[in-house]
Amino acid sequence: MIPTLFRIDRRYEEHAGTFTLQLNPPLGSDTTGFRPGQFNMLYAFGAGEVPISISGSPSDKNGLVHTFRTHGLVTLALARLGEGDSIGVRGPFGDGWPLEQIAGKDLLIVAGGLGLAPLRPVIYGVMEGILGQRKATLFYGARRPQEMLYRNEMSSWREKMELELSVDHAVAGWQGRVGVVTGPLAAVEIDVANSVVFLCGPEIMMRFCIRVLEEKGVPLSSIYLSMERNMKCATGHCGHCQWGPNFICKDGPVFCYGSVSRWFNIRAL
Amino acid sequence: MGTFLLDARDLDALIQAIRSQGHQVVGPTLRDGAIVYDELHAAADLPHGWTDEQEKGTYRVLKRDDGAYFGYAAGPHSWKKFLQLPRRPVWQAQKSDSGVQILEIQEAVPNLAFIGVRSCELHAIAIQDRVFIGDQYANDSYAKRRANLFTVAVNCTSAASTCFCLSMDTGPQVTLPSDLAMTEVLEGDEHYFLISGGSEQGERILQQLPVQPASEHQVALGNRAIDHASEQMAEGPRNFDSSDMKALLYRNFESPAWDLVADRCLSCANCTMACPTCFCSTVEDSTDLSGEHAERWERWDSCFTGDFSYITGGSVRADTRSRYRQWMTHKLATWQDQFGSSGCVGCGRCIAWCPVGIDITEEVTRIREMEKQ
Repeated sequence: MIPTLFRIDRRYEEHAGTFTLQLNPPLGSDTTGFRPGQFNMLYAFGAGEVPISISGSPSDKNGLVHTFRTHGLVTLALARLGEGDSIGVRGPFGDGWPLEQIAGKDLLIVAGGLGLAPLRPVIYGVMEGILGQRKATLFYGARRPQEMLYRNEMSSWREKMELELSVDHAVAGWQGRVGVVTGPLAAVEIDVANSVVFLCGPEIMMRFCIRVLEEKGVPLSSIYLSMERNMKCATGHCGHCQWGPNFICKDGPVFCYGSVSRWFNIRAL
Repeated sequence: MGTFLLDARDLDALIQAIRSQGHQVVGPTLRDGAIVYDELHAAADLPHGWTDEQEKGTYRVLKRDDGAYFGYAAGPHSWKKFLQLPRRPVWQAQKSDSGVQILEIQEAVPNLAFIGVRSCELHAIAIQDRVFIGDQYANDSYAKRRANLFTVAVNCTSAASTCFCLSMDTGPQVTLPSDLAMTEVLEGDEHYFLISGGSEQGERILQQLPVQPASEHQVALGNRAIDHASEQMAEGPRNFDSSDMKALLYRNFESPAWDLVADRCLSCANCTMACPTCFCSTVEDSTDLSGEHAERWERWDSCFTGDFSYITGGSVRADTRSRYRQWMTHKLATWQDQFGSSGCVGCGRCIAWCPVGIDITEEVTRIREMEKQ
């Protein structure tokens, strides 16, 4: 499977080293459909491919949106691309968030750092009123206020959902919480029988959030999380993303915690 | 249909008949002190009169006192090197003023014929089929190589001490489909092959050979020879009950046995290279000096390397304990959830080719014993 070439129509730096790209396919082809939680393999010429979640809206016809942080050779090469440049895209791959579970329930979206990116398509669903949830709340934690993603959209999000924002290190003028995201999560009252939780962030953060949710009595089968592992092919052949019996690329990246709790709790699996 | 007798002196007729159908014939041959798989032009290229002696971390070829053509067990090579190439180009990309172009590399695929495929190896090919062409996405390179494959299976009549197909229910008798299946019989002065067709193509080849129907007695001698291999394994040290592998290993992710094997394991990846079912691969992307031409290559990879599980923040499996645990539990346990069968066929390659002599069957026993303590 070879990448399809897309054009970078828009590129902006969310904060130092974290970029969002808006991509469009060659004229005449429509290959931007995806389900929230899915990812694409993005190819930088000669440097390689990386799996990056799709962070735009499925109903937005203005192209595919990806947010990534520079860390290795490939993400650095992707960051060097400018508007108008070509980028290779394979996908979308994987199983996304179970949107059908949301109707009639409270939706708790819990994100840490870059983990907000794969959850933004769900937030767009809330904004568009197509998910049928009762109450929606976003718990979002970042290291610093300036490292919060999509800050300019948050005031509009507040019209349809509650936002609980927290940072590890505050700066002057910060009016949200200071501390880890488990704080506001522990403080909120949850209708445990009628809630569904979507989690994405560093594994350590998800681990502690799950502990809080378990203590509150949220059924494990109502918690969903998005996992990350090394990935080369995204088609279940290269073996890199194995996690117990699961292939993150084709069985995930979104899993029901109730189905994977035993694997989640084995170190260095 | 039925079982026919091919005199050993006419074995070359079989190879030539397959070659004349346009196949590239590959099979066992003696090279560099080992029986490896490579192209065969004639029956004389087979390891005629050779056998092997295998143990933990040991492999030696020896002269036999007879002229058997298939009197040895699995060697360092497996057929996967012809179906899932160790290294292959996947695509090339070109940058120009008009933009970037990516072109898939269309490789010329030979019409392969494998001669001397053992029962465990037919199982290994079937296992790789489930990985590469049995799910939502197909590996096109594997699919093309597999599509025209012609197989001549050979029943094992003797087992190396490292063999344990009996425990994995994958041999020694050939039970999976092949185009032709043979048993080599050496009885007194007689030396012949019992041969039967398993496909239309196989029957067509069979019709071109100087064969005659085999007698009941001759067929019985063939079966007795296969029984001999079963008995060797049944009485050997590596016979074990594999029926509870998944439950055993799923209960023992934190067994102290993993620390003990990690003290010896070099994390060298030899077992994964020698294994006929290990399928992991990685990719290499590069550009030429002009920066305008890029290529992507795929090559075999191993879960024993540090890079294999690397994500932001470091390797998920940073130590040998977690890597050996991943390899062995995948092979024997999680594979069953993924693909509906064990990933181990009992060929014993990982035992013979481990430079420090780690034996997967011993490790199973150790986990079982330590669980009782």
